[in-house]
Amino acid sequence: MLTYVARRLAYSIPVLLIASFLLFAFVRVTFDPTARLRASRDPSAVARERTRLGLDKPIVVQYKDWLVKFVQGDWGESSRSSERVYPMITRALWNTFQLIFWGVLISGLIAIGIGIFSAVRQYSVADYAFTSASFIGLAMPPFWFGLIAIQFLAAGPKNWFDLSQPPLFFVGLHSVAGSPILDYPRHLVLPVLTLTVQIIASWSRYERASMLDAINADYVRAARAKGLSPRQVIFKHAFRNALIPLVTVMALDIGLLFGGLIVTEKIFSIPGMGQLFFDSLLQGDANVLVAWTVVTAGFVILFNLVADIGYGALDPRIRVA
Amino acid sequence: MSTLPNRELLDVPTEENQPLPPRREFVDEDTVIRSQWRLFWRRFFRHRMAVISTIVLILIIFVCFNASWLAPYPKNHQDLALGATGPSMQHWFGTDDLGRDQLTEMMYAGQISLAIGLAVAVISTVLGTLFGALAGYFSEWTDQFLMRLTDLFLVVPAIAILAIAIKKFGNSAATIVLILAGLGWMYIARVVRSQILSIKEKEFVEAARASGASHKRIVVRHLIPNTIGPILVNATLAIAAAIITESTLSFLGFGVQPPTTSWGRMLSDAEGYVGTSKAHLLYFPGLALLIVVLCVNFIGDGLRDAFDPQSVR
Amino acid sequence: MSDPVLSVRNLRVEFPGDDGIVHAVDDVSFDVFENEVVGIVGESGSGKSVTSMAIMGLLPKRARTSGEVLYRGRSVRGLPENEIRHIRGAKIAMVFQDALTALDPVYTVGDQIAEAITVHDNGIDKRVLQERVLELLDLVGIPNPGQRVDQYPHEYSGGMRQRAMIAMSIANEPDVLIADEPTTALDVTIQAQVLEVIERIQERTKSAIVLITHDMGVVAGVADRVMVMYAGRAVETGSVDQIFYEPHHPYTLGLLASLPRLDEERSDVRLHRIKGQPPSLVRVPPGCAFHPRCEFARCPDPCSTEVPALRALGAPEHLAACHFAEQVAKLRPDDLKTEAS
Repeated sequence: MLTYVARRLAYSIPVLLIASFLLFAFVRVTFDPTARLRASRDPSAVARERTRLGLDKPIVVQYKDWLVKFVQGDWGESSRSSERVYPMITRALWNTFQLIFWGVLISGLIAIGIGIFSAVRQYSVADYAFTSASFIGLAMPPFWFGLIAIQFLAAGPKNWFDLSQPPLFFVGLHSVAGSPILDYPRHLVLPVLTLTVQIIASWSRYERASMLDAINADYVRAARAKGLSPRQVIFKHAFRNALIPLVTVMALDIGLLFGGLIVTEKIFSIPGMGQLFFDSLLQGDANVLVAWTVVTAGFVILFNLVADIGYGALDPRIRVA
Repeated sequence: MSTLPNRELLDVPTEENQPLPPRREFVDEDTVIRSQWRLFWRRFFRHRMAVISTIVLILIIFVCFNASWLAPYPKNHQDLALGATGPSMQHWFGTDDLGRDQLTEMMYAGQISLAIGLAVAVISTVLGTLFGALAGYFSEWTDQFLMRLTDLFLVVPAIAILAIAIKKFGNSAATIVLILAGLGWMYIARVVRSQILSIKEKEFVEAARASGASHKRIVVRHLIPNTIGPILVNATLAIAAAIITESTLSFLGFGVQPPTTSWGRMLSDAEGYVGTSKAHLLYFPGLALLIVVLCVNFIGDGLRDAFDPQSVR
Repeated sequence: MSDPVLSVRNLRVEFPGDDGIVHAVDDVSFDVFENEVVGIVGESGSGKSVTSMAIMGLLPKRARTSGEVLYRGRSVRGLPENEIRHIRGAKIAMVFQDALTALDPVYTVGDQIAEAITVHDNGIDKRVLQERVLELLDLVGIPNPGQRVDQYPHEYSGGMRQRAMIAMSIANEPDVLIADEPTTALDVTIQAQVLEVIERIQERTKSAIVLITHDMGVVAGVADRVMVMYAGRAVETGSVDQIFYEPHHPYTLGLLASLPRLDEERSDVRLHRIKGQPPSLVRVPPGCAFHPRCEFARCPDPCSTEVPALRALGAPEHLAACHFAEQVAKLRPDDLKTEAS
C-alpha cells in the first residue's frame, strides 16, 4: 500500500511542475505587467521596468526565478492593490473552502442516500422522480439556478412581503458587525444550495449506477445464497463495492471545485477564489493570476492523489498492481 | 455407410448429411436476422423522452434559425419609450430596458448559443476521435504522449483557462468556438482511446489479424463500427457541455459581446434585475438553456440505450 | 426407501420477455436423497441453473414460478424472504460456477467464510469461529490455511477459489448442496481435484448433492442418479448406469454419441453431432421439444403434436419422455456414429 501511495505521489510532482510552468508562461504571455507603465509613453521607463521585473530573460529562466520565490512563500504583489499575493489567496481560499465544505458534506450524504434508494427501488415512482430531478439539475446552468433561488427565496419574498431583510442573504458570507447566531447560516444557504444542486444531480446518478452494477453482480447473489438478509447484502456487499468508483469521482470533483466556483461566488458576492480570479482577470493582475492558477491546479492534483489513494484503500485488487 | 440393425424399426431413412426436413407446422421465426441499423432505430424510438426531445429540439432550432421571418419584431429593434415590461400580448416574453422584444432577442440569441454549441462539439469530436484513435491504435509513445498531455490539461480549471485565452485571443464567436474546442477535444480523445484499446484486445481483432487482414480493414470493419456508439454519445454530451460553458462565459462577461448576443449574454444583462419587477428577464433565457440542454441530454441517453441496451439506466 | 431430503414437483418458471414469455422450466420433478449425488445435465438454456435458482428462491422478481419445492417435507417455494434465508446457506447451500465473480473482491476469503457461519450463528465465539474457518479451508484442501485465510479472492488461483467457495457452502453442514457448474470454468486437471473435494465432503457429511453440469464426463464420474434436461423439461431420469448404458431418449443417445472417445474401436469414425440448435424458450416446439432435431421423430403424429410424458419401460426409476422410447432403448450410441466417407 505504501509503495502504491509513493508511486502516485512521485507521479504527481512532475505533473504539478510542468503544469505550473505552462500556466506561468501562459499568463505571462497574456498579461503584460508593464501595461500601466506603457500608458506613460516613456520607453526608457518601460525598459527599466522590464529589466527590473526580469522580463527580458528567457521564459524558462523567468519561471525558475518565480518558482524559487514561490516555494518560499513570496508570491509577489498584486498590481492592483500592491497587497502581497500570498495573504490574498489564503484569505480567498478560506472563504471558498467554507462553501466547499458545507456543500460537499450535505451533497455527499444526500446523493449517496438517493443513489442507494434509487438503485434498490429501481423503476419505482420515487426512482423516476429522482432521475428526472437529476436530469433537470444537470441540464440547468448553475448560475441561473442561483439567480432563480435568489429571486424566489430571498429578494422576491423581501419585496412581496415587504420585509426589512430578505429571509436568506445573498451577499457575502457575513453581515457587517456582530451578528446573531443565525446570520452565518442565512448567508450560507443560498450559495450552498446552488452548489449542491449540481453536485447532487451528478453524484446521485453515479451512485445509483454503481449500486446497480454491484447489486447485479454475482457476489451479491452468492451472498444471498448464504442466507444474508437483503439489508445486510446491500450495505455489507453492494454498497461497499459501489463506494469504490464513487469515492474516486467525489475526490476528483472536490479538487475541481476549488477553482470552479467562479460563477457562484460572483452571483453571491462571496470573496473567495472565484471572485479573486474574476477581479484579477478583469484588471490583468498577472501575479495574482499566476499564483491562482498554480494553486488551483495544485488542489486538483492533490485531490487526484486523494482519489488514487482512496481507490487503493478501498479496492484490494489495485494494491498489488 | 454403416447399417444400423435396429433403425429399420423406426422406419425413417437416414442419410449422412441429409438436411433437416422442414416441419411445416413449425417455422423457426427466430432466424430472422434484423440488421444492426433497424435494431438501433427500434431501440431509440422506444426511448420516449429521447424522441420527444428530438422533436422539441428540432422545433427550437427551426424557430431560432428562421428568426428573420418568424420573429415578431426586427432584430435589435428598440422602443425606448416603452422600457422594460412584463409578458403581454404584444410582447410574449416582455421587453428589456431598451424596449427590445425579448422573444425576438431570444431567437437571435439562440442562433449563437446553438451554433456555438454545435460547432464546438463537432470540432472537438473530430479532433478528439482522430487523436484518440491514433493513440489507441498505434504505438506506445503516441499513446503515452497523448495521455500525459490530456492529464495536464485536465488539471487546470477550465473556465479559468478559457477566460484567459479569450482575453488573449479575442471574443468573436469564431474565436470562442476554437478556444472551447481546443480544450474540449481531450475528453473525447480519452474516451475514444480507451474504447479502441479495449476493442483491440478483443479476440475478434486478433482473429482478423491472424487471418491476414490489413490495418485499414481492421480499422474500418471492426474498430469504427464498435466505437461509433460511444463517440456519438459523447458528442451529444459535448454539445450540452459546450452550450453551458458558452453561456457561463458570456454570463461572466468573457464571452460574446454586444451586438452579438447569446442566451448567456442575455442573462448577464438581466442579472441586476433580481428581486425587481423586471425579474422576468431572467426566466426565459435560462429556461431556454435548460430545455435545450435537457433535450440534448435525453437524446444522448436514448443514443446510449440504442447502442448498448445492456447499459444501466 | 427413506424420504427425500429435497423434492421438486411440477416446477414451472416463466420470465416475461421482450419477444414473449420465456418458458425456462417446464414441469420438472425430481427427488434427492441423503448421501447421493444427483446430476442434472443439459445444454446451455436447458433450464438447469434456473431450476437451482428456483429451489433457493433466488430468481429475479419478474420470474413467475409454480409447483412445489419441499425440503424435508416442508414447502419452501414462495416463502417470504425473511423465512427462506434461514434455509439458505444453512440447510440448502449453493456453489456457483465462477468463483472469481461469486466472491466479493473487497473482503478476505476468511471473512467471507466466517460470514457464512455468523449469518446463522450470530453469537459465536470469535476464536471458535476462526478455528472453524481454518478447519474448513483445510478440509477442502487449501494449503497453508493460516496464511490464506487473510488473502483476497484475487490472490487465489482458480481451483483454490472454487474450493474456497465449497468451504463457504459447507460451513454450516447443509443437508443439500447444489453445485451449479462447479467445474466449467476450470482446467481439466483442476476439475478432477474439485470433484474429488466434493466427493470427500459428501463422505463426511452425508449430505445430498445436486450437481449441475453440461459435461457428461463429470456426471459419469461422480453422480449416482442423473436427470437429463432439454428446453426446460426433464427428458430422461435414471441411475447413472441406466443413463449411460441404456439410454431411452434420443437426446441422451445423441449426447452420448457425441462424446469423443479414446477407446473407440472402429477407426475413421466421425464425431457425431446433434443437428440443429437448441430451441428458443419463447417459442418452444409443439409436442416433443426435441422433435426438430430428432433423427427418429415421426411428424406430425405424434412427435410434433403430443408432449411425451415421462414413463418407465421396465425399471420403475428409469423414466424417459419419448413416444418411441421402446425402440430407442434398443439403440446404442455407437449406432448413431457413421464412418468418414
